[in-house]
Amino acid sequence: MADAAASADKSIQVKLVLLGEAAVGKSSVVLRFVSNEFQANKEPTIGAAFLTQKCRLEDRVLRYEIWDTAGQERFHSLAPMYYRNAQAAVVVYDVTKAASLDKAKSWVKELQRQANPHIVIALAGNKVDLVNNAAASSSSTTEETSEDEPDDATATPAELAQAASGDGLRAVARDEAQAYATEAGLLFFETSAKTGEGIVELFTEIAKKIPIEHILASTRGGGANRPGGAASGSNAQGNVNLDANNQTPKNACNC
Amino acid sequence: MDEEYDVIVLGTGLTECILSGLLSVDGKKVLHMDRNDYYGGDSASLNLTQLYRKFRSDQPVPTDLGRDRDYAIDLIPKFIIASGELTKILVHTDVTRYLEFKQIAGSFVFREGKISKVPSTEMEAVRSPLMGLFEKRRAKNFFQFLQNWKDSDPATHQGIDLDKDSMKTVYEKFGLEPGTQDFIGHAMALYLDDDYITKPARATYDRIILYTSSMARYGKSPYIYPLYGLGELPQSFARLSAIYGGTYMLDKQVDEIVTDADGKFVGVRSGNETVKAKQVIGDPSYFGAGKRVDGGKMRVVEDGKVVRAICVLKHPIPGTDDADSAQIIIPQNQVGRRNDIYIAMVSSTHNVCAKDVYIAIVSTIVETDRPEMELAPGLALLGQIHDKFVSVTPLYTPTASGESDNIFITRSYDATSHFETVVEEVQDVWRRVTGGKPLVLKKREGGEGEQ
Ligand SMILES: Nc1nc2c(ncn2[C@@H]2O[C@H](COP(=O)(O)OP(=O)(O)O)[C@@H](O)[C@H]2O)c(=O)[nH]1
Ligand SMILES: [Mg+2]
Repeated sequence: MADAAASADKSIQVKLVLLGEAAVGKSSVVLRFVSNEFQANKEPTIGAAFLTQKCRLEDRVLRYEIWDTAGQERFHSLAPMYYRNAQAAVVVYDVTKAASLDKAKSWVKELQRQANPHIVIALAGNKVDLVNNAAASSSSTTEETSEDEPDDATATPAELAQAASGDGLRAVARDEAQAYATEAGLLFFETSAKTGEGIVELFTEIAKKIPIEHILASTRGGGANRPGGAASGSNAQGNVNLDANNQTPKNACNC
Repeated sequence: MDEEYDVIVLGTGLTECILSGLLSVDGKKVLHMDRNDYYGGDSASLNLTQLYRKFRSDQPVPTDLGRDRDYAIDLIPKFIIASGELTKILVHTDVTRYLEFKQIAGSFVFREGKISKVPSTEMEAVRSPLMGLFEKRRAKNFFQFLQNWKDSDPATHQGIDLDKDSMKTVYEKFGLEPGTQDFIGHAMALYLDDDYITKPARATYDRIILYTSSMARYGKSPYIYPLYGLGELPQSFARLSAIYGGTYMLDKQVDEIVTDADGKFVGVRSGNETVKAKQVIGDPSYFGAGKRVDGGKMRVVEDGKVVRAICVLKHPIPGTDDADSAQIIIPQNQVGRRNDIYIAMVSSTHNVCAKDVYIAIVSTIVETDRPEMELAPGLALLGQIHDKFVSVTPLYTPTASGESDNIFITRSYDATSHFETVVEEVQDVWRRVTGGKPLVLKKREGGEGEQ
């Protein structure tokens, strides 16, 4: 379904944001979804925190505009502007870190309080490869160690050794997270950005649940230049597009 | 936090956030901290809970104003001039992708007890109730003169030298009455007092042209405004900085600016940690705000005060044709003052308050020891005021340029009704921080790594 060749026509734009504690694998989940790759110890790409990916369903094509946090979650400094107007959110935790689920829950609360009331929220328990015996025993390297995540480092070498030995280091039971998600009205998946498990399903199920009619109704009239800025009927009259009027001097003057 | 940075930025006001965005794009390693748990510092937009925490911490948030989340009330009232310098920065840095803008519906001026639309073309001048028949003809000639002016064509100069002749000379040449001069100088050229009249006319000419070309751009007024309030502006530049590697820490106490024996900047201490950097940039509140700090140094001094009243209304401002947003200038001469009074009004159209609520901020530069009284002519135009939050804010200026000690302090947000002086400040600090390089904006390539 991650179909780059999908026709450019009629696709519906959906702003999707990632939330969750640092190092749970948010950027990796996006990278898997958008490019179908995984890079252990990937440095955050300078200048990149906005990706797009089409998602084709039977009856419609969505174009996700995926906003990554740009690292602003590390010291609890994510700007509300980031999740304002999002139509979908993936709240990620790390199945090997119990505290990361608590953080995920607080993000869900924040979204339910502040974000677009029609937002579709999915909870993703990532790094499930580490607790899945088959995958864990095949993972013999220590590539998951993250060196410079200041306060929320990922698995410690000891934990990784444990993982390599094939022992589960699961810290969040699947049933527990599922029960919470059901109660809070969230989609729920366990995922692995490393193996790809659950990733496509995650984004496809979100796509199915997006209230298309609502988005179409509120984007009618166009003119907005904010990606996904469709919520709350803001595109009525009076919106202005700054870029459109600025074509002439762009290259010429460099000012 | 044991890394070393190129620049530490203190305070997430708009000036600081634009600077850290631009510095990060330029490849500098930036650490940006704020003592508050929200972005924006003095240029934040607050919800009701935050507003009450700031102004009336002893009182519960009222329940009759609708949902807290619908509010984003600006602390500093300013609008963006459509063709102005801030717009250029927004477009060139591509942060427009995070923001949506709407027009401000009307630009008004107060004259002889009434408010009227500011005419911005010769056509509008002819129809304006601001002038009598003969004055309209004179104003029409004046606007035609401005619109036809070409530096290279002396025939369009009508004997005027914009760089030598004062604005007074120009007004006299066209025989414009004092009341007309008031709206031209204050509601179009946006001067806060009359000092400009005796200076060369060029600056005034430029400002009028900026006004009229901005007006021509979208039609209703020369101003635009970001949905969800002005506080969105610093947040977008903060994201720009973060995307280019900037590190953000909110809710972070800043305890000391650490300097060496020569007084040069070393780092910033928070609790018992000190983060080092080559330079520090910050707003005046991190540098003593007018008091002696760090071994008796006076790093910023007070340079006047602004009084602002945030007024919650349940109706549009009378006389504005029920505009959902407006700027009203009360020229100083009209009310016997030295400085203008200025009103900025926005509403739910801009997603800054609940439906049927209007937020009007009345402000002026303080001239007496009873500042709130000075706002009376502005408050009187609003009709019934549902609630009002008044504050008097000192304006601080740094005592040193920072070039000798690597401590670069920004100025407070002034009383002007727009962001042009904020951009001038950004350009000035940029020059000081980079050792004299002028700020050249480059278009971001490929726009945030879009695939
Ligand atoms: N084993 C494993 N490691 C992962 C997975 N997802 C991410 N990681 C690793 O966890 C660390 C943090 O990932 P990152 O995507 O940067 O997390 P973010 O801070 O939430 O964006 C990196 O070292 C990743 O390689 C996963 O599904 N399985
Ligand atoms: Mg990341």
